[in-house]
Amino acid sequence: MTPSSNATDATVARAFSGIRELLEQTPALIARGRYLDCDCLLGPMVQPFHVSIRAGRIIELTLAPVLMRSWQFAYRASSSAWAEYWHSMPRAGWHDLLALTKRGEAVLEGDLHPFMANLQYFKDVLALPRSRFAAVAS
Amino acid sequence: MSGHIEPMIGRYVHVEIGSEMHRIYFEENGEGIPLICLHTAGSDGRQWRHLLADEEFAKHFRIIAFDLPWHGKSNPPASWRGEEYQLTTARYTETIRAFCRALRLDKPVVMGCSIGGRIVLNLAIDHAAEFRALIGLEAADFQAPWYDTAWLNRPDVHGGEVCAALVSGLMAPQSPEVARHETLWAYKQGGPGVFKGDLYFYRVDGDLRGRVEKIDTKVCPLYLLTGEYDFSCTPEDTKRTAAAIGGARVEIMEQLGHFPMSENPPRFRRYIAPVLGEILAQSNPTKQKQGVHA
Repeated sequence: MTPSSNATDATVARAFSGIRELLEQTPALIARGRYLDCDCLLGPMVQPFHVSIRAGRIIELTLAPVLMRSWQFAYRASSSAWAEYWHSMPRAGWHDLLALTKRGEAVLEGDLHPFMANLQYFKDVLALPRSRFAAVAS
Repeated sequence: MSGHIEPMIGRYVHVEIGSEMHRIYFEENGEGIPLICLHTAGSDGRQWRHLLADEEFAKHFRIIAFDLPWHGKSNPPASWRGEEYQLTTARYTETIRAFCRALRLDKPVVMGCSIGGRIVLNLAIDHAAEFRALIGLEAADFQAPWYDTAWLNRPDVHGGEVCAALVSGLMAPQSPEVARHETLWAYKQGGPGVFKGDLYFYRVDGDLRGRVEKIDTKVCPLYLLTGEYDFSCTPEDTKRTAAAIGGARVEIMEQLGHFPMSENPPRFRRYIAPVLGEILAQSNPTKQKQGVHA
């Protein structure tokens, strides 16, 4: 897994914490996830976020660890992988959640049913910072 | 323009495969060297519609795209009663050869993508003399699996949605959004278990490692073209495969992914036109200078 700098870690964490707001601005994506209720662990490998989704909306996004908080599945990637994934035109091999798992830059764990049953939703939700990340990172 | 009719024509040909007659749907356009186009796993011949409609290619090639049984407008055979569908190397090879015989094609070119690219390698290994040239898109002798195909067909996950979502990331982000969505639509329309059944050939039955060395490109030229954004069949997978085959031609297609002919047809044309031009020149030296670029 590619190591990342503290600056990258901080920028990625900041971008991740903005996903909830970005999703609220994307009603079509909320509608696609309307049957999804799920508590999952998403984000950077070292310090991910507990994310609670109800009817396609993120109702809570809290930095881990949270004492004894359960999650159904986890998708965590290196900060450098998120930074690559969020490029407006990502490089080959860094452009898809499952490309990242294949190259060993991300790990998918737990009960994968909600992730697989809503795969395009999660790909699109986790790509939401793409529109802003270049500006945030600069 | 309203009223514009595209030049390809679709018909059914009856083809005996495995001692049973199948109605195979195919579309074609053009005259000249037969060029058979094989679709990817879980999709159908619509992927080739831009190539089929290419006026310049159609001057020199009889371009034909058929739907495998269970795919597109080719139904399962009459004997099918709901058993699990599984494509095997032997069955896929037999289907292509039987289709070519049924249409009485004289030494066709076969171009296949993904599973179509893999089977092209098998044609090159075992039946090279029957073909004028072979073109493998997103082709390799083997590639590392990156998901469990059991997710593709189970009652608690929508098959069309998960099939499309899995392959959505195999396309290049530079490819036009409209073409990417069209490519995914075929995946959303596939029959239950068909994509998974195709991948039986890809994942279980069709490992060609240790066999591609037998390919003799002097008997039949072999071209391998892979998109740089294809993380399923990576450029490295294709280069490794080609390195074991003397005379195999390799091209890595920039800003393209696993579905070059449908995700970005104009960009794919830039890469495939020189290949078709070379095949044309080899088949008919008088066409050597003319090529198929104009």
